[in-house]
Amino acid sequence: MKVIVRRPRREVEMPGSRRVRDLLQELKINPESVLVVRGQELLTPDELVRDEETVEVVPAISGGSAHEV
Amino acid sequence: MKCKTCPGKAVIDIRRHNAAFCKDCFIVHAERQIERTIEGDKMLSKDDRVLVAVSGGKDSLTLWEVLRRLGYHTTGFHIVLGIDHYSPQARATVEGYAKKNGLPLIVTDVKEEYDFSIPELAEYTRRVPCSACGLSKRYLMNRTALQGGFSVLATGHNLDDAAATLLGNLLHWQTPQLGRMGPALEATHPKLVKTVKPLVRLTERETLAYAMLRGIDYHDDECPNAVGATSLFYKDLLNQLEYASPGAKQSFYFGFLKKGRPAFLAAQTDGVELKECEACGQTTTTETCAYCRMMDLARRTAAARSR
Repeated sequence: MKVIVRRPRREVEMPGSRRVRDLLQELKINPESVLVVRGQELLTPDELVRDEETVEVVPAISGGSAHEV
Repeated sequence: MKCKTCPGKAVIDIRRHNAAFCKDCFIVHAERQIERTIEGDKMLSKDDRVLVAVSGGKDSLTLWEVLRRLGYHTTGFHIVLGIDHYSPQARATVEGYAKKNGLPLIVTDVKEEYDFSIPELAEYTRRVPCSACGLSKRYLMNRTALQGGFSVLATGHNLDDAAATLLGNLLHWQTPQLGRMGPALEATHPKLVKTVKPLVRLTERETLAYAMLRGIDYHDDECPNAVGATSLFYKDLLNQLEYASPGAKQSFYFGFLKKGRPAFLAAQTDGVELKECEACGQTTTTETCAYCRMMDLARRTAAARSR
């Protein structure tokens, strides 16, 4: 499968199928700070991503002065 | 994973609620959380004229979208910061949203109206960009709300923002700021406008999901100046806590509001009375407000360099 990670953008090829929670763990990405999408579809951690598919890891966290309370 | 409230397939899990939701039920859940916050904290009434601060990112456009759907009278306010490729895209996104939904929008370009972009202000005053930007935004938002006769200023701060700010204020024992940490701050001076943060019960991940599921065309780029910002570091730390202990951020922030904040209320003004800036008339605790002092220093530095 192909995993596109944004900010900074990188593409990772991972052989075989695996569940969303496992791919995030392998990439050492905290599930609390991202959403994983396949096309327009949001994926829950138990969702299986197949070898031939592409998913994108979208970061939820942003910072700077806009986020000071 | 199944939706908690219907037989549908879930698209998002929220571990702190021990729940997962399908698209439609998540949208209902998120909007109810926001409505509950607005009503519980007496943030807004349908008679209010609300100025919504919109950067163009997922949080501020989610806020505008929900307030619009709930039937509040809103006007957007966007500040053009003059940051390379980032600002033109942010402006286009906000203008596109306002046009598509037929909503009024006020745009202030800091370079055109005040002579300096945020990067120039930071350079001329030797501040970090986020400091110059934050000070400018707070000043311009309050001033624009006052001048436009708006009764409330609404910002898109979420639970991650609130918890990260609380962590920073606690680490440095910023007692006046700790007293002002609430999601709704009443106007304590005729020159201050009430400010509210209706998204404070949603995490940043949830506002992202809402924006995506509603099909909101938000500006996705991170501000180039935010790279390495302390707020990002605090958010990362808090999300590590959240992963190990779901609900940690909510418990930290809302627990503080209930049990910790009362101890700091008296420190809000640090015993100093608010007065009006002798240069611009906005509130300050000194003779001249921090914004006017920053702008004065920028003008003097720019003049000295041009000689």
